[in-house]
Amino acid sequence: MEGLPWLSIITFLPAAGALLILATRAALPGANPGYDNGVRVIALVVTLATFALNLVALTHFDPTNPDFQLVERVPWALGVEYHMGVDSLGMVLMLLTTFLMPICILASKSIEKQVASYMTLFLILETLMLGVFCALDIAVFYIFFEGGLIPMFILIGVWGGARRVYAAFKFFLYTLLGSILMLVAIIFMTTTAGTTSIPALMEHSFAKEAQTWLWLAFFASFAVKLPMWPVHTWLPDAHVEAPTAGSVVLAAILLKMGGYGFLRFSLPMFPDASALFTPFMFSLSVVAIIYTSLVAWRQTDIKKLIAYSSVAHMGFVTLGIFSGTEQGVQGAIFQMLSHGFISGALFLCVGVVYDRMHTREISFYGGLVHRMPVYAAVFMLFTLANVGLPGLSGFPGEILSLYGAFQASAWFAVAATIGVILAPVYGLSLYRRVAFGTLDNPKLADIADLNAREWIIFVPLALATLILGLSPMLALDFTQATAETIVSAYRAALGAP
Amino acid sequence: MSVTDLIYSLSWSQPELWVAAFALAGVVIGVYVKDAGAGLLSLAGAAVFVVAGALAFLFQPSEPQAVFGGAMVVDGFAGVAKAMIAFAAAATLLLGADFFGKRREQRFEFPLMTALAVLGMFVMVSASDLITLYVGLELQSLAAYVLAAWRRDEARSSEAGLKYFVLGAIASGLVLFGCSYIYGFTGGAIAFADIAAHVEAGAGGVGLLFGLVLLLCGLAFKVSAAPFHMWTPDVYEGAPTPVTALFAAAPKLAALALIARLLYGPFAGMADQWGQVVAALSAISMAWGAIAALLQTNIKRLMAYSSVANMGFALMPLASGTVAGVEAALVYMAIYLPTTIGVFALILAMRKDGEATESIEDLAGLAQRRTLMAALFTVLFFSLGGIPPLAGFWGKWVVFLAALEGGLVWLAVVGAVAAVVAAAYYLRIIATVWFKPPEAALQTPTAVALTTALVGAAMPFPILVLGLGWLERWAQAAVIASF
Repeated sequence: MEGLPWLSIITFLPAAGALLILATRAALPGANPGYDNGVRVIALVVTLATFALNLVALTHFDPTNPDFQLVERVPWALGVEYHMGVDSLGMVLMLLTTFLMPICILASKSIEKQVASYMTLFLILETLMLGVFCALDIAVFYIFFEGGLIPMFILIGVWGGARRVYAAFKFFLYTLLGSILMLVAIIFMTTTAGTTSIPALMEHSFAKEAQTWLWLAFFASFAVKLPMWPVHTWLPDAHVEAPTAGSVVLAAILLKMGGYGFLRFSLPMFPDASALFTPFMFSLSVVAIIYTSLVAWRQTDIKKLIAYSSVAHMGFVTLGIFSGTEQGVQGAIFQMLSHGFISGALFLCVGVVYDRMHTREISFYGGLVHRMPVYAAVFMLFTLANVGLPGLSGFPGEILSLYGAFQASAWFAVAATIGVILAPVYGLSLYRRVAFGTLDNPKLADIADLNAREWIIFVPLALATLILGLSPMLALDFTQATAETIVSAYRAALGAP
Repeated sequence: MSVTDLIYSLSWSQPELWVAAFALAGVVIGVYVKDAGAGLLSLAGAAVFVVAGALAFLFQPSEPQAVFGGAMVVDGFAGVAKAMIAFAAAATLLLGADFFGKRREQRFEFPLMTALAVLGMFVMVSASDLITLYVGLELQSLAAYVLAAWRRDEARSSEAGLKYFVLGAIASGLVLFGCSYIYGFTGGAIAFADIAAHVEAGAGGVGLLFGLVLLLCGLAFKVSAAPFHMWTPDVYEGAPTPVTALFAAAPKLAALALIARLLYGPFAGMADQWGQVVAALSAISMAWGAIAALLQTNIKRLMAYSSVANMGFALMPLASGTVAGVEAALVYMAIYLPTTIGVFALILAMRKDGEATESIEDLAGLAQRRTLMAALFTVLFFSLGGIPPLAGFWGKWVVFLAALEGGLVWLAVVGAVAAVVAAAYYLRIIATVWFKPPEAALQTPTAVALTTALVGAAMPFPILVLGLGWLERWAQAAVIASF
């Protein structure tokens, strides 16, 4: 069992599932409800199997070892190698992905048109996302990073809401512009360092002048992906128009690629430039935290509000990363993980009422607690987690990021703390307007509470939020070695103690 | 030239001989079988092209061989280029036979004119002096003018032929004019080797440069690099679609190979000067090809601008002046050719009410009616756009790599931005296919068109992605043995 190429198996299993669906489609032409349900079952089984395999791979993974593990290395072409491997940062994000995908498949019950195409694209998307977190060759990383745009573009455009075509284009072109500049930078690095291997590039020290430009090119890509203010404007459109499962994937996983990229590339490969741009990154983070919180407060669409809150929460991630301290980096990783569960769950909460009422207007709802007590409780849990209530998973990440930022710059940390106050303002006001009050709207009179499928969706997420909140050391211990390595290498490169 | 020299030369020219023999025999046979035999003749033609391509690919000399008294050269680079030209032409000939056969418009001259064009391209990529260069160029061009006007009863097709001819004649004039300068300022050198000697010695000066630039302008017309691309949209639109498929693939590679041979052969010593010209051609083509395509509603016109942009990318590595640049251009074209032929096969598969349609709007909702065609459109256009994991991405990768190794960072950045703009119109097609509600149902595509599209789409993914190492090796071998 030791020698199996775990990462490749996990990464490409969903793609194999997609091929299976295509094969059944060729064999059984024509859509009918029975066939569609069969496809759903295949997708669910494949994603669950992927998660199970990921857990098995976890047993072969030693979190105390900061090196890349489960490494596979095969020469490919043009000097590029098929090189896979994970440290605990990659492992954590892979686990997040494989954990959320079965939930997304379950949440896609309301998809009724072209189910086979939908599931095929979703499985391909999972393969591409997993590849991002375990690729150790920079070209392979780029392939996975960029390739995810194709399925996501079609998912938003076909199964999305009213303005889906606009949103799909905006998402694609925005992200492509960011990442193609990164591609030029990657190729430039390949020509100067003479290698495409990520571990080797981490060892290589680039000239200061070059670092600045390379850092900016990578920043263009990751800042759009994360997203950071002011290049976040694609996100509210894409999130709002995407189908529920698409929003979950976007918020919970795709955004994390930005944070992952900063930690994997910007900090270790361009330490001088990272230090140079730290005030710049802090400013953008603080603006994101405060400004997008205020914007979120004024939204009339539930999904848009949650989308803006994601931007604000990602502000803590960049704040933590660029603090260059172990607490900050640990907080950023934790925040990414926890935000994956919470924002995913919140979008699923929106999906529950949207499936029933087909509107996301906040003013349409009100008093849901009377008809949907269980739903109200679930929504409450995730809202509180989102605003950072101690005891739930939103809290440790924020506090650690702020702690790290405080060591780097007290003023920025103080400003960012204001954002912590703003989160309850928009979060709780949303909850009040949707769940509390009297049930005035006659259309809501017959709205039904959570069904069994939705229970299954929310229970794992609620457990994850609670467990991470009550026992954050579980995750923090897991990522400690990696965070230590990143930070000590960064500090050593800067000549700081 | 002695008899032994002649036999030696002919033995190295088997691909050319096969194609020429087919063209000449075809004329005689055609007189007897008349148009009814056009289908069979096309099949035979495709088979001959495949044989010629295989011969060119398999029997590459380890050292460049000068044949016909130095008028032509046979080397690995020419072999690989000829193979690609022949395979592309074979595919388009099959598409043409299918297209004209279905419409009962077949004429036996079609495979013969294609064969003459292919012969011209073979001569172009093997050219080793200025006369051969011109003869090859004209043989290919004259056959192409006729092919463009193939449906002579149709106004658009005649217009395409006429436009192509008039503008092509000007380009040929530029080439000749440039040749005359080179001839004059090198003191009567025609062979590339003699010109190289003059260039190395630094003789010739501005006159020689002037000649080279004129020559490059004429060749830029043939690869439809902006600002010499004006004929492309009209000819692409007006010519019958299989002919457009031919134009979009093989002659582009032939002209590009000729440019590479010229720049890296006789003019290698002037890389500083022509590097700027090629870089400018590349930048303008990428930018204009991307911007102008945004507003097209006809898919063939859109493909015309797409080919302008793609030629810009193919020229980018040549601007670097490194031998690795030639290799990159070869790899780029090897990925581009099957993709573009696949796209044109798909365009041929677009039929509505018994008529071919070229309007992008008619693709609306294809994903719901014909999922396979929609999937092929998706793969082919994302590959053209250079989005990973499709092979088009690797085309961009090698091209950017060569440009950056040559220190042309600005050109790579221009290319990167142009690629994003280009993605917008490729996306528009994919959006029409997937996002729009279905309106006009397209008819069942013909088996030949669908199969060609399927093969075309299988090349960018997964064949060339998995076979990338192989592609790299033979491009490398071909270039190292030749330059």
